[in-house]
Order: sequence, then C-alpha cells, then structure tokens
Amino acid sequence: MNIVVCIKQVPDAKDVRLDPETNTLSREGVKSVINPYDRHAMEEGVRLKEEFGGKVTVVSMGPPQARAILEEAISCGADDAILVSDRAFAGADTLATTYTLSQAIKKIGAVDLVICGKQATDGDTAQVGPGLAVRLDMAYVTCVQQVSTVTDKVVVLERMMDDGYDEVEVELPALLTVVKEVNTPRFPSIRGLRKARVADIPSYTAEDIGADVAMLGLGGSPTQVVKVFPPEPKGDRTILTGSVDEIAEKLAEIFRESSIGG
Amino acid sequence: MLIIDTDACIGCGLCEDNCPFDAIHVEEGKAVVGDECTLCGACIDHCEVDALTIDKEEVAGIDLDAWSGVWVYAEYRNGRIAPVTHELLGVGTDLAKKRGVKLAAVLLCESAGDVPAELIASGADIVYTVEDPALKDFTDDAYGHALEDLALKYKPEIILAGATAIGRSFIPMVATTLGTGLTADCTSLEIGDDGHLHQTRPAFGGNIMATIMCPNHRPQMSTVRPMVMQANESDASRTGEVISETIAPERLISRCRVVKSVYTESNQVNITEADVVVSGGRGLETAEGFRLVEELADLLGGAVGATRAAVDADWIGYPHQVGQTGKTVASKLYVACGISGAIQHVIGMKSSETIVAINRDEKATIFDIADYGVVGDLFEILPAVIEKLKK
Ligand SMILES: Cc1cc2nc3c(=O)[nH]c(=O)nc-3n(C[C@H](O)[C@H](O)[C@H](O)COP(=O)(O)OP(=O)(O)OC[C@H]3O[C@@H](n4cnc5c(N)ncnc54)[C@H](O)[C@@H]3O)c2cc1C
Ligand SMILES: Cc1cc2nc3c(=O)[nH]c(=O)nc-3n(C[C@H](O)[C@H](O)[C@H](O)COP(=O)(O)OP(=O)(O)OC[C@H]3O[C@@H](n4cnc5c(N)ncnc54)[C@H](O)[C@@H]3O)c2cc1C
Repeated sequence: MNIVVCIKQVPDAKDVRLDPETNTLSREGVKSVINPYDRHAMEEGVRLKEEFGGKVTVVSMGPPQARAILEEAISCGADDAILVSDRAFAGADTLATTYTLSQAIKKIGAVDLVICGKQATDGDTAQVGPGLAVRLDMAYVTCVQQVSTVTDKVVVLERMMDDGYDEVEVELPALLTVVKEVNTPRFPSIRGLRKARVADIPSYTAEDIGADVAMLGLGGSPTQVVKVFPPEPKGDRTILTGSVDEIAEKLAEIFRESSIGG
Repeated sequence: MLIIDTDACIGCGLCEDNCPFDAIHVEEGKAVVGDECTLCGACIDHCEVDALTIDKEEVAGIDLDAWSGVWVYAEYRNGRIAPVTHELLGVGTDLAKKRGVKLAAVLLCESAGDVPAELIASGADIVYTVEDPALKDFTDDAYGHALEDLALKYKPEIILAGATAIGRSFIPMVATTLGTGLTADCTSLEIGDDGHLHQTRPAFGGNIMATIMCPNHRPQMSTVRPMVMQANESDASRTGEVISETIAPERLISRCRVVKSVYTESNQVNITEADVVVSGGRGLETAEGFRLVEELADLLGGAVGATRAAVDADWIGYPHQVGQTGKTVASKLYVACGISGAIQHVIGMKSSETIVAINRDEKATIFDIADYGVVGDLFEILPAVIEKLKK
C-alpha cells in the first residue's frame, strides 16, 4: 500500500503563553514542532504499512526549516520525505495549500491512502484534508478515531461525530484525517535516527510540481486576512471569600443566575 | 509579498512587536521580513509611516452581482435540527437585511417532515429541500455534491454552516469544488460598507483574532462556531416558501457507506451545545472524586467537561475533554474544578460567558481568566454547594 502522510510545522503549543498585559502571543523561545495531530497521522501510516506492507512518504509544505520535522518523521518510521518549499507558496489559504499539496502528491504517483491530521494548531481550519481529497479525486473521512480493517479495496473505520461516532466503510483510494484517539505515536528509534541523519529529502519548487503560478500563495487564495488583533481581554475577576458556607451560598447564587439568565 | 519601503522605514520596531508570526526584525535601523511571513497584514495596520505594503495582483474577479441571497445549511441528523442552525438563521437574518436579499435554508435529508416549517419560524424566507434515501446517513461526497449543485443553480452570495463535525467535514469540499474561499469557525460576521462579508475568527488556539474577507470570489463561505450567534425568537406565524429540489442520482452515490451510527448515551448533553458546563481536572484526585463534578452538572442541568489529565486518568471519556485536542465550548456558565488552567485547556473554554474557578492554589493560572474565583479545597466547597442547590 502506497501511503502519503501530510505534516505541518507549527509553533509549540507548550511554549505558547498569553502575555497577560497585552493578551497577545508571547513568542520568546517558542520552538517549532510537528503539529500534534500529525504525529498520530504519521503513526497510523507507519502502523498500516507494518501490518499491510507498502511504503510511507511524508510531505510538508513550508519554509526550508520544515525539513526538521521531515527528518523526525523518518526517525519515527517513514520511508521517504518530501519538502515542498518555494517563496511562491507564501500567504496560501487552504484552497491554495490544497492545490500545492495535491500537485506534489500527484508527482509521487499512484497513492492508495493519504493521511492528514484533523487540524493544524496554528491556522486551526481543519480544511486542508477535505480540500486535498477533492483535488486528488479521493473519497475521504474526517476525524477518524479508529481504523479497524483495511483490504485492497476498502478501509473500515470509526469517525467521531458530535453526538457519538459512525462506523464507515470507505473505498480506496481515500484520504483520512485523524484525531489523537486513533493511536499512540511511537518515539524515534535509534535506527530511525541514523536513517534520518543520512536521508535524502528532496525539496520541490513550484516548477518541480508543475504548478500554475496563478493558483499558488496569496494570489491563488480567495480569502484574505485583512486584520489581525488580540482577543478582547476578560474583565476583572472577583475572588469569593468567607466561610465555606458563605462561599457555597454565593456560588449557588452565581450558578443559578448565570445558568438561567443571559 | 510584503514590501518594505526602506526610505520611509524609520526602524521604530512597531511592526516587529505586532507581527504574530515573528517574521519581521529590525536590522541596521530598517525592517527586514523573513520566510515566516504569512502576509497577514498585521504590521501594515501598525506602521505609522506607511512603509509597508502587500503586493497582491488584482485577480480578474468574477461577476459578483450574479450571486445574490444568503444561505444557511440546515444541519439535520438523527431526527434533530442542530441548534446552531437556528443561530445561523439569526445572524443570517441580519446579513440578508443589510444586503437587501432573501434568507434561505438548505435541508438535505431522507424525509423533511415539519422541519421546513421550523426553519421558516426561525427566520428562513425560503427553504430548499432535497429528500432522498441516499441522504439518510451523512456522507461527505453525497452531501457535498447536493449543496454544490444547488449553489450552482441558485448562486447565493453567502453560504453559512455550523462549525460542527458535519459542517467542518463537508463544507470544505463544497468550497473547493466551487473554487471559492472558506473561513473556518467564525465567531463574528458582518457586512462591511464595501458590501462584502467580514468574517472574524480565532486562530492560534484563540490567541489571535483574524478578520477575513473573500472579495473576488462567490459564494463567500463560513463555518460558524456553535453557541456564539443569537437565534431569532421562533415565530410560527412567519410565512415562507418551500422549494423541493431533486439532485441527479449519480451525484448522490457515495464512496463511503455508513455501517452504523452509535450515539453515546453517557453523553446526554453534547458539551459543545450546553449552556452550562461543569469541568473537573486532576484536583478531583480519583474517579470517585470526579463524581462531585457530575453531580453538580446534573443539578445545574449542564454537561460534564474535563481536562486531558482527567480523561487520561480514565475518570471520564474523551468526548468530554475540553481544550486544544478536545472540544471547544462557549457556554453561558463554565465551572472549572481542580483545573490548573494550562493554555491547552483554556483555549477550549475561555470564550464562555461566566467562568467560575475553584482551586486551592491561589496562583493557578485558571484564575487569570475567571470571572469568579474560589481559593479553597474542592472537597469542602463542592459538597457544600451541592447541598445548597438541592434545597
Ligand atoms: C490567522 C490566520 C487565519 C486563517 N484563516 C483561514 C481561513 O479561515 N480559511 C482559509 O482557507 N485559510 C486560512 N488561513 C490560512 C491557512 O492557515 C493556511 O492555508 C494553511 O496553509 C493551512 O491551513 P491550516 O493551518 O488551518 O491547516 P488544517 O486544515 O487545520 O490542517 C489539517 C491537516 O492538513 C495537513 N496540512 C496542513 N497544512 C499543511 C502543510 N503546509 N503541509 C503539509 N500538510 C499540511 C496536516 O496533516 C494537518 O494536520 C489562515 C491563516 C492565518 C495565519
Ligand atoms: C499538545 C498538547 C495538547 C493538549 N491538549 C489538552 C486539551 O485538549 N485539554 C486539556 O485539558 N489539556 C490538554 N493538554 C494538557 C495540558 O497541558 C495540561 O496538562 C492539563 O490541562 C492539566 O490538567 P489539570 O488542570 O486537570 O491538571 P493539573 O495541571 O495537575 O492541575 C490540577 C489543579 O488542581 C488543583 N487542586 C488539587 N487538589 C485540589 C483540591 N483538593 N481542591 C482544589 N484544587 C485542587 C491544583 O492546585 C492544580 O491547579 C495538552 C497538552 C499538550 C502538550
């Protein structure tokens, strides 16, 4: 089975702190890491390869620094990695991103399964998976929490819904986006680390993937971010004091008011 | 790309300070932009000497006037209209009025029953219904094709859907096939003086807000966060038109088959739709302790939430996890019990209206975002409040 996993480099959520004064992101010492969901996507790709044979290629569109996460992916069991990097991609919204990724994936050849994370923790749209599936003319299922059976024609899986879950059978080739319940990602192996050190990771430019420049980056993006601002800060807080009984009385009152009114 | 007019630039560093992506640095008295730039434009707003511009080639736009009307996708599953649908009809009413157009709802289902009447009572002027056995279960391709075909037939200028599991799954497909923009998980929608839809959404886990437009393409599409918009008062005397549509059968053939749907019973209330969420964290110490949270939630008619620590300890199931890797809630009342306030938790609940935090550590960061705080022991406070509420 030929599997492609899409991974994105994002700022490390652990390091992201709100500056209480300005209520903006303090970026001091913020590291870049693999999007947390994409670790699960990678693990699922490698797990399925180990069970059913085949090959896992990880793909990331991003600046040259994104090579670091591709090396990490190899150390965790991926066979090949491809960086898709060109200044022409800057400012891409999800429509331009899915175009770029689909062009790169088409270059890999016949693919049976594409796995993405549910969403990236920076852009937070969860739109890349579905859009990419459309571009690759693949069936897709989002928010997959378990992959139970894979044959050469179908995958049987569970997709998380707001009110429970659905068991779904999807025809291959298909694209899945996964949530963290799907598996527990492994740590890099010694052998993997060695492999990553010497891995040959090609970097594709817009020209390499045969892209129509008009569909890339800012120019190829129908959405435009026109303003970025910090969220409204919260008002003052009140610390309740007194005996346990007094506090409980006040709380009960607050609970009654805020759950009924407003 | 971002262009810096080095003659105008005074190297003041305002752009550097305001760049959410750390992409601009002042070097030798002039701003220099790096690869991290996403062309978001935050710097341009802050530059006092107009030294920054974004070079964007004007695309030859489509004929915007050919697209008219505001549409709401009416989510209907398991015999139930998703509450966000009414909220969308609420905000849709304002948008349609401002644009001087009609508000329509689109209902895709096996059998519509009384649902169109309910949608009209909630504000729809027109309800387009597609009734087909192929739409019994939700599949992305069948639902996506149906909405795409209707959109191409009627050409609405705006399409809104709930940012629910279903909306966030198939709406991106429709936007991609229509070749238009889609803004995710919006918390505010307005028609600007320019006549375009101004869509505001949180990104970076809620640490920044972004206003996004889709000026040259139609329809303008958004998924909208549940519990944020105000629904209209339901008015059974409202009248509207119900238009029954048929979609070509081959367009409703899905490459996915839903074998079965499982509705989790322990999840009586879907936490993303609940008015009251009572959440517990590691401070509850044991599964036994966690029952206090459930009891309080029950008394308040609310849903139970949890931190990842509580979920990992198996005190409650993952569907209850609130936060970055769980659900986002925006309840009227959020009670955080024994929760430290880690950013990954906070981004999933901080847009709740009233936040009450109970924690014995007065320095816990959860107090930074709380409206009411109690510094004390849960095992004293919670039983006491539960007693009071029972009376
Ligand atoms: C503040 C802000 C707000 C934005 N809002 C919107 C918006 O509302 N609509 C819109 O269309 N665009 C928006 N964008 C642009 C969007 O962030 C980019 O298009 C980005 O490249 C992809 O979107 P995402 O990060 O949301 O990914 P998601 O769709 O959340 O990512 C899902 C999965 O897709 C895969 N993936 C995503 N990006 C890559 C990549 N570069 N390489 C490999 N795999 C990848 C990963 O598997 C990931 O887990 C916004 C950007 C910013 C900065
Ligand atoms: C990539 C990533 C994603 C994550 N996603 C999520 C997510 O979606 N949701 C989430 O919640 N977390 C998430 N986390 C984990 C998060 O960082 C925190 O570890 C977690 O939220 C902590 O849970 P907690 O507040 O229950 O536990 P703790 O941080 O241990 O806090 C327990 C609190 O209880 C108080 N306490 C203890 N005993 C008592 C008592 N008797 N009375 C009163 N107070 C008491 C303590 O003072 C303390 O403040 C994520 C982490 C990462 C790295």
